[in-house]
Amino acid sequence: MSAPTYDLGKLHGGLRLDGKKSQSTAEPIHTIPIPSQLIQPLAQHVGDPAHPIVGIGERVLKGQLIAEQEGSLGAPVHASSSGRIVAIEAWPISRRFGDTAPCVVIETDGEDRPIERAETPPPFDTLPPDFLADKILQGGIVGLGGAVFPTSQKLIQANTCELDYLILNGVECEPYISCDDVLMRERAHEVISGAQVLLHALSLEVCYIGVESDKPEALHNLADALGEADDARIILKQVPTIYPSGGEDQLVQLVTNREVPSGGLPTDIGCLVQNVGTAVAIYDWIHDNEPLISRITTITGDGIATPMNVKVRLGTTVADVVNVAGGYTDKARQLIIGGPMTGKSVTTDRVPVVKATNCILVLSETPSPGPELSCIRCGDCAAVCPVQLLPQQLFWYACADDEKHLRSYGLTDCIECGCCDLVCPSHIPLTADFRKAKGRFRELADEKARAERARRRFEARNERKVLEEQHRLHELAEQKEKAKLAGPAAIAEILKRKRGRDKD
Amino acid sequence: MEFERHEAPYLAPKAQVSTVMLHVLIALFPAAIAHVWFFGPGFIFNLIIASTFCVAGEAVMVKLRNHKPKQALSDYSALVTAAVLAFALPSLTPWWVTATGALFGIVVAKHLYGGLGFNVFNPAMAGYVVILVAFPMHLNLWVAPRMGDIDYQYLTIIEGLRYTLTGSLPDILTFDAVTRATPLDVMKSGLNNARTVAEVRALPIMGDIGGRGWEWIGNFIALGGIWLLVKQVIRWHIPMGVGAGLLIPAGLMYLIEPGSNPGPGFHLFGGATILCAFFIATDPVSAATSPKGRFIYGAGIGFIIYVIRTWGAYADGVAFAVLLMNMAVPGIDYITQPHIVGHYDEESGL
Repeated sequence: MSAPTYDLGKLHGGLRLDGKKSQSTAEPIHTIPIPSQLIQPLAQHVGDPAHPIVGIGERVLKGQLIAEQEGSLGAPVHASSSGRIVAIEAWPISRRFGDTAPCVVIETDGEDRPIERAETPPPFDTLPPDFLADKILQGGIVGLGGAVFPTSQKLIQANTCELDYLILNGVECEPYISCDDVLMRERAHEVISGAQVLLHALSLEVCYIGVESDKPEALHNLADALGEADDARIILKQVPTIYPSGGEDQLVQLVTNREVPSGGLPTDIGCLVQNVGTAVAIYDWIHDNEPLISRITTITGDGIATPMNVKVRLGTTVADVVNVAGGYTDKARQLIIGGPMTGKSVTTDRVPVVKATNCILVLSETPSPGPELSCIRCGDCAAVCPVQLLPQQLFWYACADDEKHLRSYGLTDCIECGCCDLVCPSHIPLTADFRKAKGRFRELADEKARAERARRRFEARNERKVLEEQHRLHELAEQKEKAKLAGPAAIAEILKRKRGRDKD
Repeated sequence: MEFERHEAPYLAPKAQVSTVMLHVLIALFPAAIAHVWFFGPGFIFNLIIASTFCVAGEAVMVKLRNHKPKQALSDYSALVTAAVLAFALPSLTPWWVTATGALFGIVVAKHLYGGLGFNVFNPAMAGYVVILVAFPMHLNLWVAPRMGDIDYQYLTIIEGLRYTLTGSLPDILTFDAVTRATPLDVMKSGLNNARTVAEVRALPIMGDIGGRGWEWIGNFIALGGIWLLVKQVIRWHIPMGVGAGLLIPAGLMYLIEPGSNPGPGFHLFGGATILCAFFIATDPVSAATSPKGRFIYGAGIGFIIYVIRTWGAYADGVAFAVLLMNMAVPGIDYITQPHIVGHYDEESGL
């Protein structure tokens, strides 16, 4: 067993929130039975939606590729169980309020027949790093912390930078969520092995695993597994239980004391962050040939009868998961995909569990905090902001739609963690306001781009016209010149022709 | 099943403006009792009059501005203004004087600037300065503290109330009989009359550190202020700033010339320093925003208080210091923007 270390950088602000995690960690991990239908969205990653390669009526096997990646930030999608494709259609998904998106609908046959894979895969350390990155892509593996950035793309990008550290994120700082906690408890060895695969793929020598101090069992099991693996490259770091220490940039700051530059990525300062769940998914794919077709998800909240963690096939609807967790309680009013600080509120439980779904949170009504009052500039928001913004000033400028000051006060650096909302005595929905202001930025940028395109088109047209005019004048002048030079001869010619005609 | 739509975060906020203001009021309670103990029930009359006019002024202004009066009044901010004003006024103050200050503070300084959250100036101090300009003589009528061997005539509750309502004393009494100059006044005129600090400090109105009675009120105000710090209603930057801005120059001058410069202890416990540090300068609306900015803001107030007390025409300078620094807030905010994580010097654009 190798003990965790504590030497950490400093994080500004943050909140100590009531974790409420023991609700869901009391139960062992349940496996959700194969549902009658699987709804598999084509876009379960940040990039363009995957391109379906199966037709309606076609039979598919568990793990079979059903959609190929499209674009550099895409990822493929695999069938989570065996069955028949019955539709490829729009379906509500766990985007904001359950907006719809195209999904492959599989009617399962209950046999769960896996696709035949070739021989047992070779040990990962015999494979060249580039090949590993490509292979990880084929497994459909994306970041499972919630950002769903394709892992292979992250590796490819990272290999163009000077890297110092691989950081595995086992912090999971939002209240209620405990899927990474139980994963680290139950599959500590796979976390370590996944880290080794990633270290090999990145040709790196140092990996930190950051785990929050409120997960003693996970820390213990990881330390044990690390002791057995006897890998000096991997170091366990215990980080304080302060929300949002699990944000990617925040974890980097805590573990390495380096600040991710504004608008940049952790790779800019030599760090690559992966979620512990992603590491396990990589292990499952590289060692066991199982692509990313299931994940561990927390189902919890006071609206759920038996909060628990479940192993669920991607594409299973939330309703199916809720059934296993004992159904809703009378209090259930809000369905949130993700945590209570940053999750997405959806209106229907027909949405499927996707690669990003780390938590299904069913809450009672949020007690009404009373009306929104004027900002009294108490500064509590600034005190808790992990990015050290001045939310009270940003709010002021957001109300005035003052783009210049919003930019200079760092609106685009806001990570939308929601800390400021929770401490605001005037109950101003700061995070929502900032999200809107950012949306306006994007609109403005789009508008600017459109205007710029139109301007360029207009200028190009003008230029073309000027050129054409010049060209025309030039030709005219040339013709005149020619005519002048050819003048006497031409007249003689014309007269000759005329005379000829007259003769006839 | 249909679910409700909400925006993240989904957890309920932890604090309320009304709770913040209530904490401030509660924190002033021990000092209020001390005030009544040492200077008689006049404080209660002032508090009632100030509260009435502050709340009435707020209600009318909110109504005129087409907002909901009930919502505006439920944040208790008008009561905080009233309480601070009542602490600043002598216990013998005619009602119209108090009312003028209260109404000016609420109507002009607060609501004409847009109400809670938008006022540039601290409403209580704006009201106080108007009184200082309009009724200067009334601010000198402090009854002597009821403590020890100070020889003066006591007013009964009825006589005090009568003065508050009519502005006249019983025929047999004169102002000279019932009131005393404040310790700061005594110090100032004493020094102007070429007395030494030690001589002035030996007068019966002076206590162990500041003025007799006053210093005890100061202790209770500090107690309330520390409670607010513990409760995180206020943060340490402004009180420490005020202390540093006032006490460092006072201490230096005292070291250089102790005969003509009262020590830092006298400055701390004399006048409204402690009230200012914990309850006036900490008004978040009219203060700077960032922690560093708040320290500078507080230090500015402390320093101006020292300058006015030492070289100015007024015995105390809290109200002017606060209003002057209120004006400096945009500038302070501009130069003290905190470093945003991930911004490096060359691209911070500041």
